[in-house]
Amino acid sequence: MTLDEVKRDQECEIVDITSEGIMGQRLLDMGFIPGTRIKVIRNAPLVDPVEFLLKGYHISLRHSEAKKVEVNLL
Amino acid sequence: MSSKSDKIVVALAGQPNSGKSTIFNMLTGARQHVANYPGVTVEKKTGSFRQDGARIELVDLPGTHSLTSYTLEERIARDFLLNDKPAAVVDVVDASNLERNLYLTFQLAEMDVPLIINLNMMDVAEKRGHKIDTQKLSQELAAPVVPTVGNKGKGKKQLREAILSTSKKGQAAPFRIDYGDDLEPILDSLEKRLSEETEISSRYPVRWLAVKLMENDEEAQRLVMKYSQKSGVILKSAEEKREAFTLEHKNSPQKVIAITRHQEAQRIVEASVTRKKEITSTLTDRIDQVACNRFSGPLVLVATIYLIYEIAIVQGYRITEYTWPVLAWSRDLIASLLPSEGFIFDPFFRSMPIWVVDGTIAVLNYVPIFLILFALIAILEDTGYMARMAFILDRIFRHFGLHGQSVLPMVIGGLYVGGCAIPGVLACRGMKDEKARIATIMIVPLMNCLAKIPFYVLLIGMFFAAYKGIAMFFIATITIIIALSIAKILNLTVLRKKESAPFVMEMPPYHLPTIQGVLRRCLERTWLFVKKIITIVILVSVIVYVLIYFPGISKEKKTHYISQSDQTQQTFFKKTGKDNPYTGLMTGDNLMEFTRYWRDYKKAKMGAKGKKAKEAIDQEFREKNFQFFKIVKRGKYEVKGEMIKDKHAKKVYDAYKKLSKTTNKLRREIKEETIITSYMGRAGRFIEPLTRWAGFNWRVNIALMSSFAAKESSVATLGGIYQSPPGEKDTLEERIKEKEKGWTPLHVLAIMLFMAMYPPCIPTLLMVRLETGSTKWMLFATFYPMVLGIIIAVLVFTGGNLLGLSGMQAMIAFYILALIFLVLMGLIKREPESS
Repeated sequence: MTLDEVKRDQECEIVDITSEGIMGQRLLDMGFIPGTRIKVIRNAPLVDPVEFLLKGYHISLRHSEAKKVEVNLL
Repeated sequence: MSSKSDKIVVALAGQPNSGKSTIFNMLTGARQHVANYPGVTVEKKTGSFRQDGARIELVDLPGTHSLTSYTLEERIARDFLLNDKPAAVVDVVDASNLERNLYLTFQLAEMDVPLIINLNMMDVAEKRGHKIDTQKLSQELAAPVVPTVGNKGKGKKQLREAILSTSKKGQAAPFRIDYGDDLEPILDSLEKRLSEETEISSRYPVRWLAVKLMENDEEAQRLVMKYSQKSGVILKSAEEKREAFTLEHKNSPQKVIAITRHQEAQRIVEASVTRKKEITSTLTDRIDQVACNRFSGPLVLVATIYLIYEIAIVQGYRITEYTWPVLAWSRDLIASLLPSEGFIFDPFFRSMPIWVVDGTIAVLNYVPIFLILFALIAILEDTGYMARMAFILDRIFRHFGLHGQSVLPMVIGGLYVGGCAIPGVLACRGMKDEKARIATIMIVPLMNCLAKIPFYVLLIGMFFAAYKGIAMFFIATITIIIALSIAKILNLTVLRKKESAPFVMEMPPYHLPTIQGVLRRCLERTWLFVKKIITIVILVSVIVYVLIYFPGISKEKKTHYISQSDQTQQTFFKKTGKDNPYTGLMTGDNLMEFTRYWRDYKKAKMGAKGKKAKEAIDQEFREKNFQFFKIVKRGKYEVKGEMIKDKHAKKVYDAYKKLSKTTNKLRREIKEETIITSYMGRAGRFIEPLTRWAGFNWRVNIALMSSFAAKESSVATLGGIYQSPPGEKDTLEERIKEKEKGWTPLHVLAIMLFMAMYPPCIPTLLMVRLETGSTKWMLFATFYPMVLGIIIAVLVFTGGNLLGLSGMQAMIAFYILALIFLVLMGLIKREPESS
């Protein structure tokens, strides 16, 4: 499944990044690498974007961006 | 290469939110200089300090997570390290977030610059139970590690010492990441090949270049092309290797490199940090449970925005009531140094400088508001709430090609009623998404700035008096509706090819800003702005002055006015009578002197509030010239405690009153005629056939054109144009109504809408030029609102006329139309995102 489908408070592990170029690089730079655990903290009041917790820091992605991150639920 | 004789250049790098600017301030103190990096709009701060006799110049690089060539900030940081070759680089690392910060550290090390690791925010790390073995870390990274607490100034001495010694000694064996058995042989062969190109290897670290080529970095490829004759062969071989690697390992080298860096960071952190306790819930988490909550989040946001508006715009405006007298005083001081005014004609070297001074102080008047706004922006940035605002609002703004971060500039620009586009444009600075940033800069001036408000109030009061509230609401909100639509149109057209960055945004922990940091930034920005605009404002107001006052009235007209003035003076003397003891006081130059006395007295009396102030003014003028004083007091004055009624003085008063009235009338006529026959007046008449479709006659055209220099003057210019001879006390409203009998609310609606779309004032345009770094964008920001304004005004006026709508009906119809258009624009799909 992809990261945008993960529900609030669920935790999962990143499997792959399916985006190239600037988007892919940015995700990699921010620590979205395979094997990393990531947790959904909350949705924005209008659902999109979503706030995640990974490696101890908080980061928010739009749904369209979270779609590029493949994960496995833990 | 970097140090000439005594100056050592050192760079300061670090990820965003690592406290880099605090460290910069801590190291350099007050000796700072702000400029832009050449050709771009990114701020370049340099500062210097002395350490053991050596002068060290510190350059603050933009805060970046990485050093790719994808974003402007990263390119700038990288180019500086490559081209300016600093003696050392200080890497500011957030000690409480070591693992992620090391990701940048590795990339800095790869660039072959001697490195000093600055573990900042040690107190936060300790609070979270992280115990960092700095010695072990130093060993792992083969670089000195200096812990600091930047906002408390702890570790300053040690850091300065480390900077000096490292920049002198250099680094013996820099840290090198091992990218694994699959990638290293490839990097090795690439490195060897690149070393053969002396042009390249003498300029750039080849290991770094090899890694970048495997990452498919466009800038690195360009460097190879620029400095190698055999670039074709090298780049082709790099590409083949990259593809072969991807095929073999099912992963691009780019990904493997990033993964390796993160794994290495993890390994080093595990080796050098012990965590005592697991963090459960930080204060930031608890705040965000409210601040980002589905229900309370928007409330907190609205409250914050309201607070900004209230403090900066409302209270700031109140402060200007105290600062204005100072400006007015300096204006009067300058005026007193100029050649004195004439009876009906003022000399050029008086009226022109006064015009320029008026234009300048009109802008300077807003400085208190700027100071407050800039301070509030700094606080929002430093606390971390800015990111939350973007988080909450992104969904709405994204539909129009904007970003969640667009809201703050819009609020400052006057999202509801009252703001200022200048700090509004400046507030776009932090936006990463270039496309959204330019779009925001373009629409901020459409908001209702403080200077537009008096214009609306005047016209609404005259023509929509029964619906004041509704009309004000209309004008306040229609601008947002139009601005959002415009943003989307720009996004789909002129901005189509601009870089759009991914949203991916860090939500940093909340942070208490330091007073010093906030003050420093707000003073810095205000000063930078004031310095820049003053010269431009002066220049432009001279030009506008010439356009409004030249070529001036004809010779015949001039003699005509002079003879009229002479006549009224003769009448005055006839009335006072030869035997009046005061008549002698008024002959020759004395009449002019009395005129000045009279004008000054009236002006002083008008400005005085309260009985005491008025008495003080009386005392002052009495001392200045007791004879004149008797006249201006209509012959009623006090001598040794006794009230005296002086018939002769009263007679002169009455006669002079008539003279003054006629003279003022002449002055107004002259001014009106000067404006009408001026270059701008001719232009106003020339375009009248066109603007008639929008309901504007030439008088309106002139008023609108002249307010281009500063919108504050729009009401003043109207005052200059609309004057009817009788009765000085007529209000501007009455005078306009008298002259424009044919005006309907529809006319006024069209004028107001045009004013709402009106091009930004000169200082704002200058800010646009500064923030976009392009004259083209500045010109675009000047002309598109004019075209848009005229289209809307024609649509409302001619359309309304054809359909036989009243002003209110047209207002409602246009509002609905604009809303429908907005929704349609919002529904247009954005182009597919780069994948």
